[in-house]
Amino acid sequence: MPATSEQIAQQTAEQIASARAARRRPGVHPRLRGGLFGLAGLALLALVWEFYKTFGPADGVILNGVTVLPRTTDLAMPHLAVMAERLVEPVTGAASALPLWAAVLQGSLFTLGIAAVGWLVGVTVGLALALLMQRFRLAESAILPWIILSQTVPLIAIAPLVRRWGAQLQLGEFTWESWMSVALIASYLAFFPVSIGALRGLGSPDANHVDLMRCYAVGWWKTLWRLRLPASVGYLLPALRLAAVSAVVGSVVAEVSIGLRGGIGRLIVEYAGAAGGDPGKPWAPIFGSILVGLVAAGLVGLIGLFLRRFRRGEVSI
Amino acid sequence: MKHRITWLGTVGAITAVGALVLSGCSTASDTPSTDAAGELTPITLQLQWVAQAQFAGYYAAVDQGFYEEEGLDVTIVEGGPDIVPQDVLAAGDVDYAISWVPKVLGSIEQGANITNVAQIFERSATTQISFKDKGIETAADLAGKNVGSWGFGNEWELFAGMQQADVALDDISLIQQAFDMNAFLSGDIDAAQAMTYNEYAQVLETVNEETGELYQPDELNVIDWNDEGTAMLQDAIWANADQLESDEDYAANTVKFIKASIKGWIYAGTNPEEAAGIVTAAGSSLGQSHQLWMTNEVSKLIFPSTNGVGLIDDAAWANTVDIALNTKNETGATIITTEPPATAYSNEYVQQALDELEADGVDVMGADWTPTEVTLNEGGN
Repeated sequence: MPATSEQIAQQTAEQIASARAARRRPGVHPRLRGGLFGLAGLALLALVWEFYKTFGPADGVILNGVTVLPRTTDLAMPHLAVMAERLVEPVTGAASALPLWAAVLQGSLFTLGIAAVGWLVGVTVGLALALLMQRFRLAESAILPWIILSQTVPLIAIAPLVRRWGAQLQLGEFTWESWMSVALIASYLAFFPVSIGALRGLGSPDANHVDLMRCYAVGWWKTLWRLRLPASVGYLLPALRLAAVSAVVGSVVAEVSIGLRGGIGRLIVEYAGAAGGDPGKPWAPIFGSILVGLVAAGLVGLIGLFLRRFRRGEVSI
Repeated sequence: MKHRITWLGTVGAITAVGALVLSGCSTASDTPSTDAAGELTPITLQLQWVAQAQFAGYYAAVDQGFYEEEGLDVTIVEGGPDIVPQDVLAAGDVDYAISWVPKVLGSIEQGANITNVAQIFERSATTQISFKDKGIETAADLAGKNVGSWGFGNEWELFAGMQQADVALDDISLIQQAFDMNAFLSGDIDAAQAMTYNEYAQVLETVNEETGELYQPDELNVIDWNDEGTAMLQDAIWANADQLESDEDYAANTVKFIKASIKGWIYAGTNPEEAAGIVTAAGSSLGQSHQLWMTNEVSKLIFPSTNGVGLIDDAAWANTVDIALNTKNETGATIITTEPPATAYSNEYVQQALDELEADGVDVMGADWTPTEVTLNEGGN
């Protein structure tokens, strides 16, 4: 009795899993090691900052009239301690003012929420486009150039336009709010890596595997579920992480552009004015946006845990 | 089936996160748009920047219920770096907008049909500041210097002042200024653009490393375009010209809106501490002393008023238009090439508002108004 396609797929997956187990080295857990390296990188960055601030020339390094390294004054490069101290002080002198770190954390959560919505929309659209292009060769020829072209649009310039178009939307009870414009722009940046990554991933199974499916007279949908989707995971996960970071960048920049209240972008705009008198303050939202980016990439990394058995080495796009 | 379960788990997790996030966002941005009373007319006002004391009068009018007394439920829409208030107004997304006259004149020439119905700021707040040792006391002294400007329509008073003093744009090196004053403080810019109510204060909130104390006003030279004669009209209330023509209710609401706004500004002028607190409560994160300074300085642009708050002075308007027609920027372009249409400004609504206020015994001139003394703290806090 011939094995069904499901059995074959299961066998293949099990073989891969056992091969991975065999490859695992003893010693420090790889994830932990990664974390340690990350922390070491941060410490190194901090050291470089303070080292340059202490020993670099006060007027910066200027080559042919172009400043290649910044000034080392307290204004241009505050000590890390100044930035850290500022974080625990209140935002303003007002009695009700939150500590700066709390205000930045609130903004970070807001931005993370918007970026997540943008990411979900972007991933959905990206996957749908990839499936469409995988299914119909004609669609690939027709859509792919447009997808690439889409990323050349000066998105930031049209952020206020998106808000205005949205403001004119009226669907019964539904009203378009400014944060949705920001999420839309985030999704516009996020869908690109997903559509490209997923398209390559879906096309990645060996020709003989595809032929085998054909021999079993398995339809397109089943081939997709049993062969193409599992094969695409290695391509998809980096694409999803890239999309998460793009969504965060898109959110922050769009927030800056339209001045949306509540997020990191708005804090960047508002705190910029304090750069002279309170040099530590403008750095706080920058740390916030780094945090959002890391958390977003980390959350997407969690998806990889669910899909562990399908990961056979990730590719870079 | 193991696979199916894992896949379903993933999809389920993503959906759950999405739902959480969506619900979080929608509650976070819920705004009370209409009152339960239901009798009030909803009105939206587009600002040209985020909430700050530059708009203290409007926030005070909301907080003190002045709009409500006129039957209006006003929602203030904040601006941002890329938001162009007059475009938002012309597109019909808001009822009124706050913007500078020179910026709007260009939009009007390109087809935006909007009207200046109240010139709230009578004086200009734009200055060019420099440290005393640079020796820049008048526009003529700018020649050969590094001159900062934000551009995007903020440069015209500077260019007009230079043109008047026969300083060509080639004689200076024009430097794009950022949101902060670091380039000025570190000496990259000799003469920086500064609003009296914001950037000037930012400098005074910074510690001078040589003295160990905050920079003092006597360490700075200030070129005030009001004194140089090239000041242009700034914050004004703009309304939709077509709607003023065709919609009687809108025209009537315009008078009410101006009336309540003027009351808000009078409140802010006489109660700067409270007004600064109202703006902070409305979501501005500016430091306390900076917010109070800004409230006090914008009141100086309004009071004492020459003709009554908001009334457009024909001579000042003509001067602004003249500069807009004749001042060339670095590409040789002017703001406008022909005289603006007659609909570009109207005193009809503000006059009616002023008459009603005077009938109520409100002092709309503020002849006896005096600014308060504001002490700036380091970092504006």
